[in-house]
Amino acid sequence: MAYTYGNAQNAAERIKEISGVNPLKCMKCGKCSATCPAFNEMDIKPHQFVTYVQNGDIDALAQSKSLWKCLSCFACVERCPRDVKPGKLIDAARQLVVRERGQNYLEADEIPELIDEETPQQLLVSAFRRYRR
Amino acid sequence: MKYSYYPGCTLKNKAKDLDEYARASAKALGFEMEEIKDWQCCGGVYPLGSDEIATKLSSVRALNDAKEKGQDLITVCSACHHVLKRVNDDMKNVEDICTRANNYLKLDAPYEGETNVLHYLEVLRDEVGFDEIKKKVVNPLKGKKIGAYYGCLLLRPGKIMAFDNPENPTIMEEFIRALGAEPVIYPYRNECCGGYISLKEKDMAQNMCEKIMDSAKGFEADMLITACPLCMYNLRKNGNGALPVYYFTELLAEALGVKEEVAK
Repeated sequence: MAYTYGNAQNAAERIKEISGVNPLKCMKCGKCSATCPAFNEMDIKPHQFVTYVQNGDIDALAQSKSLWKCLSCFACVERCPRDVKPGKLIDAARQLVVRERGQNYLEADEIPELIDEETPQQLLVSAFRRYRR
Repeated sequence: MKYSYYPGCTLKNKAKDLDEYARASAKALGFEMEEIKDWQCCGGVYPLGSDEIATKLSSVRALNDAKEKGQDLITVCSACHHVLKRVNDDMKNVEDICTRANNYLKLDAPYEGETNVLHYLEVLRDEVGFDEIKKKVVNPLKGKKIGAYYGCLLLRPGKIMAFDNPENPTIMEEFIRALGAEPVIYPYRNECCGGYISLKEKDMAQNMCEKIMDSAKGFEADMLITACPLCMYNLRKNGNGALPVYYFTELLAEALGVKEEVAK
């Protein structure tokens, strides 16, 4: 279990609250997935996130690889014709996971092996903010 | 004209030259950048969750500092600009975030998004004017074909960033023209370089940066310019080396004849 919000329905409500997204607005056009630069790496695709939240299937979302492949590039947010903002749903699911201690995707001990001489500070602070709490 | 300036963590370290060329060029163009005292890191990425408050406070402190001085706030780094601009939008338009942030900060007067946040490029376009810059160019970059790499952070979401048309921007191309060079328009100029993904999934960043490089090279660019230290790192480190990449401020300083003043 990657989160402890009582049950799947509570978790789905929590995701809607954190993201501010109304999944019912989605008309399943798939433009978000078509424009996503991380599409090939994602097991649950951006347009499918909406359905998972609607169905309350939060376990699958919380365990998906997609949480860690999203780049926060906002291409799906900008290009969604219904203003659904799937990127914000993905971030909210990620928040559900990283706010539970011990569920971080990045540990400080890993850092020395991951950086080189030119690594900008910006890369580290961004990764820390997205990948852990 | 005097502006408050928020440099951010990377411009004090790995991207010192982005900062130094910006300052030298500002001097040559006749505007002043007054660094905010005791600024804190913006966090690099905007906290998307509607219940995120503490992670936005460093930005609000900087915004409020500029407000108290009665100055507009300049940023040069794309990431800092993105975060400060979006937090400012929250403070202006999202009552819950504004109330809770002010409850934490207990400022002399509540901050409600009064500060005008400007990217350095916006100052060049809207305050100095590209025609004026053209007049001050002493060393025109004639014959250079330059691809502007916008990336994500300056443009999206378009409604909040209000920087330029998010799908067909022109500001960096106008900038390139003002310096006497020729802009090259290529399809991947506003697609993502991979951002922070390059820390743990280098192959993803490589794939994306190679597409950007090949796209620009295919349209016959000689070089790329960027405003973002992370785009710079990814394109240089994870691109295929097809094109050199420079900060836009370096070319500006070169064209204005002040590049040598910046001690390397």
